[in-house]
Amino acid sequence: MSMQWEIVIGLEVHTQLSTSSKIFSGASTSFGAEPNTQACAVDLALPGVLPVLNRGAVERAIKFGLAVGAAIAPRSVFARKNYFYPDLPKGYQISQFDLPVVGQGALTIQVEALSGNAKPYEKTVRITRAHLEEDAGKSLHEDFHGMTGIDLNRAGTPLLEIVSEPDMRSAAEAVAYAKALHSLVRWIGICDGNMQEGSFRCDVNVSVRRPGEPLGTRREIKNLNSFKFMQQAIDYEVQWQIDTLENGGKIQQATVLFDPGKGSTHAMRSKEEAHDYRYFPDPDLLPLDITPAMLEQARASLPELPQAKRARYTSEYGLTLYDAGILTASREIADFFEAALDEAPGQTRLCANWITGEVSAQLNRDGMEMVQCPITPRQLGGLLKRITDGTISNSGAKEVFRIMWSEGGDADAIIEAKGLKQVSDSGAIERIVDEIIAANTDKVAEYRGGKDKLFGFFVGLAMKASKGKANPAQLNEILKRKLVDGK
Amino acid sequence: MLNSSLAQLGAALHARKISSVELTQLYLDRIAAHNPSLNAYITTNTETSLAQARQADLLLANGNAKPLTGIPIAQKDIFCAKGWRTTCGSKILENFIAPYDAHVIEQFNNAGAVNLGKTNMDEFAMGSSNETSYFGPVNNPWDSGAVPGGSSGGAACAVAARLCAAATGTDTGGSIRQPAALCGISGLKPTYGVCSRYGMIAFASSLDQAGPMGRSAEDLALLLNVMAGFDERDSTSLQRAKEDYARDLARPLNGLRIGLPKEFFTEGMGSDVAKAVDAAIAEFKKLGATIVDISLPNSRLSVPVYYVLAPAEASSNLSRFDGVRYGYRAQDYADLADMYEKSRAQGFGAEVKRRIMIGTYVLSHGYYDAYYLQAQKLRRLIAQDFADAFKQCDVIMGPTSPSTAFKLGEKGDDPVQMYLSDIYTIAVNLAGLPGMSVPCGFGSGGLPVGLQIIGDYFAEARMLNVAHQYQLSTDHHDRAPKNIGV
Repeated sequence: MSMQWEIVIGLEVHTQLSTSSKIFSGASTSFGAEPNTQACAVDLALPGVLPVLNRGAVERAIKFGLAVGAAIAPRSVFARKNYFYPDLPKGYQISQFDLPVVGQGALTIQVEALSGNAKPYEKTVRITRAHLEEDAGKSLHEDFHGMTGIDLNRAGTPLLEIVSEPDMRSAAEAVAYAKALHSLVRWIGICDGNMQEGSFRCDVNVSVRRPGEPLGTRREIKNLNSFKFMQQAIDYEVQWQIDTLENGGKIQQATVLFDPGKGSTHAMRSKEEAHDYRYFPDPDLLPLDITPAMLEQARASLPELPQAKRARYTSEYGLTLYDAGILTASREIADFFEAALDEAPGQTRLCANWITGEVSAQLNRDGMEMVQCPITPRQLGGLLKRITDGTISNSGAKEVFRIMWSEGGDADAIIEAKGLKQVSDSGAIERIVDEIIAANTDKVAEYRGGKDKLFGFFVGLAMKASKGKANPAQLNEILKRKLVDGK
Repeated sequence: MLNSSLAQLGAALHARKISSVELTQLYLDRIAAHNPSLNAYITTNTETSLAQARQADLLLANGNAKPLTGIPIAQKDIFCAKGWRTTCGSKILENFIAPYDAHVIEQFNNAGAVNLGKTNMDEFAMGSSNETSYFGPVNNPWDSGAVPGGSSGGAACAVAARLCAAATGTDTGGSIRQPAALCGISGLKPTYGVCSRYGMIAFASSLDQAGPMGRSAEDLALLLNVMAGFDERDSTSLQRAKEDYARDLARPLNGLRIGLPKEFFTEGMGSDVAKAVDAAIAEFKKLGATIVDISLPNSRLSVPVYYVLAPAEASSNLSRFDGVRYGYRAQDYADLADMYEKSRAQGFGAEVKRRIMIGTYVLSHGYYDAYYLQAQKLRRLIAQDFADAFKQCDVIMGPTSPSTAFKLGEKGDDPVQMYLSDIYTIAVNLAGLPGMSVPCGFGSGGLPVGLQIIGDYFAEARMLNVAHQYQLSTDHHDRAPKNIGV
């Protein structure tokens, strides 16, 4: 990509709040029911029905605001956004317009570097606002010949729309922000984060400009529901905009959709046809007043946040920013790490290495998330203890871990059953070393003649002879003594 | 029986002098006889009403009856009633059968009252003459060539013509009080939030309020006791202790301070109306009241303010009538936009479309500040005028309507003239205050004149007391129109 263009990206993310009932009615929000079985009179917008605000949605919005250090509006207002569409039953969407519940905040993200020698870095993305609103239903265009089916199960589902400033300067930053947000809303328990079911949907505003110039005209990529697609969509869109400008064209403000099959974006409608939504305060709902007591309650219910944990892991535990980042990628991972540490106190680095290493690799291989991990933190902690106290060697530990993963069981039981206990009896190790030296006189002579690299060869033979059970430190010490001194 | 008060009817039912079935049948027979000429009802459902009456008779027999058990009530066709066709006076809901009960309907059902039928009304309550109803105009029982007022014209007509024991109405800018005045009955619009709006088809949400319509203040008190009450399904419903609106009826009026706003007594009011209102004020003086001259300087702005805010809310409230899920859908259409346009163009009448267009305009980008926001500011000033006035007086009185019932078709071509017939009532809705109308005499052509009584927030019991004491010393409210077989 040409270096003379700067990419500018801002996100609008719709997070579905994890309430069991809808934001303005008592109907269920669960996913996947038969069409229109979870739409009550209010959701159907029958004549005469009225909205009643779900307090659970408000509590979740407050929690989010606190988690991003935002000002929570003591009074916010629900407004009607008026437009006609068959899956919008009232002919207006209840949203928040000029007075949203969550004001300006910020989210610090970790960005993985793209090029090999660059380091991951932290960046703070400003959040403009977050507001409560209801979702629309779904129009079903398949299965109905010449007609459109309407499913209103989703109508009235509570959403928190989180709007960022145009602070991101690359697709990597945009994806890192979306991932951090995705992690945060799950972390604080306000959204299940299920992207396939549409619980976390991203609209990405993309523009390009010459560095130092005012913002270029943006195009909005709608409804991205995977991070991979987001990356691809932004990459394509950026290149398209640059090509257009470099060929003397102009960017028209537009809403575009990403086609994952073609890997390209295409315009949905241009903004000239944009609706006049005629926002005005909804007279059916009172202004939303948030009391200090409600704020306090939300604050008390918040867990330690990822950013705070990362800081603690690096300063208190001496972990690298990279490891701390992986360990705080989700609340499940952090909880796992801390629970395993409870079992093996003080073994912070060992524990971190095992989780970012073996555990992550194994989860990846099996296509699992941390919640599905077959090993409990207590099991892992038990294993770490046996590494620390020298009961098992590193290679023995890997064997224990493998068995633990596939067959279950505690470290001690597996070590016992499989005879993996490390040999720390110096007499036994000396006997093995003596036999090796006797059987490899030529190599011993080479080593003594200055070929130091052969030391690893002897360690390998000894380990093999001990079936991996020899205490490595002891083995090293004995080998070195006997090879050098001949005693 | 037809001239009995609700208390007397209740006593007769309790004493088993008459059964609810007999009483209901009596009214159904009267409706059959007179509705073809008066057109007060859009829908009756004889079997359903009689079944309710039989249930009421069981309650009466078992001694489980409440004050209104067994009494036939006419419900404005703006209230959803389960199993009943609920049209709101519109073609777009011509065949809509409500699948649930409005809170007001529930309250009457819980009281054991009988739903006698659904009364005619201006389409979506938009009108002051009942002429915008898709189901045809209602005749004023005092003069078949005159309008009954609106939008609760069918209800006012049904009460005046003894086609029901009492009725419900709704009032957004005068829709209970003005038809009550024009038909010579009593009607009360409570403080905003006293009756739940749940199940009441919305016109202008911040102004709409349900209220009782009957032949006397005493009847209204009994009706409001049933209708009022907190309802968690309406976020604007007020959570207050249940009160007995009849508790102060007998209180003497000594020391009552009546405020007369100078803005209500100007040349806009017909001389016959002025004469009747003056006579009523004189009667109140005799009853021990004192008169205070007050001013509501911003009330002159209430009609323009109302005709910005009410259409703005209506334009959005009526968006749900799109032909997609229920209601009228045009037969032939090319695409989605065409379906919307044709369904709404054919389903709504001219006045409703006019207000949707006004409302859409005042909410549009570039006009919102100049119209909607400005009107909201003026609304607060209008409310403040009343707050200032109530520091000097207990109730405010004046005419309900500038004239007696006008002729059918007289104002049909001139919406502004029609809008001005609510000039005295609209400010009350904008302020959210309670207001009522009681008969205070007869003007030109022997047509009824209404006296408007406006109270402070939650002063309904006091207003009913004031009206009741007046009705004890006058008989305007007891007069019945001729030609209705009474």
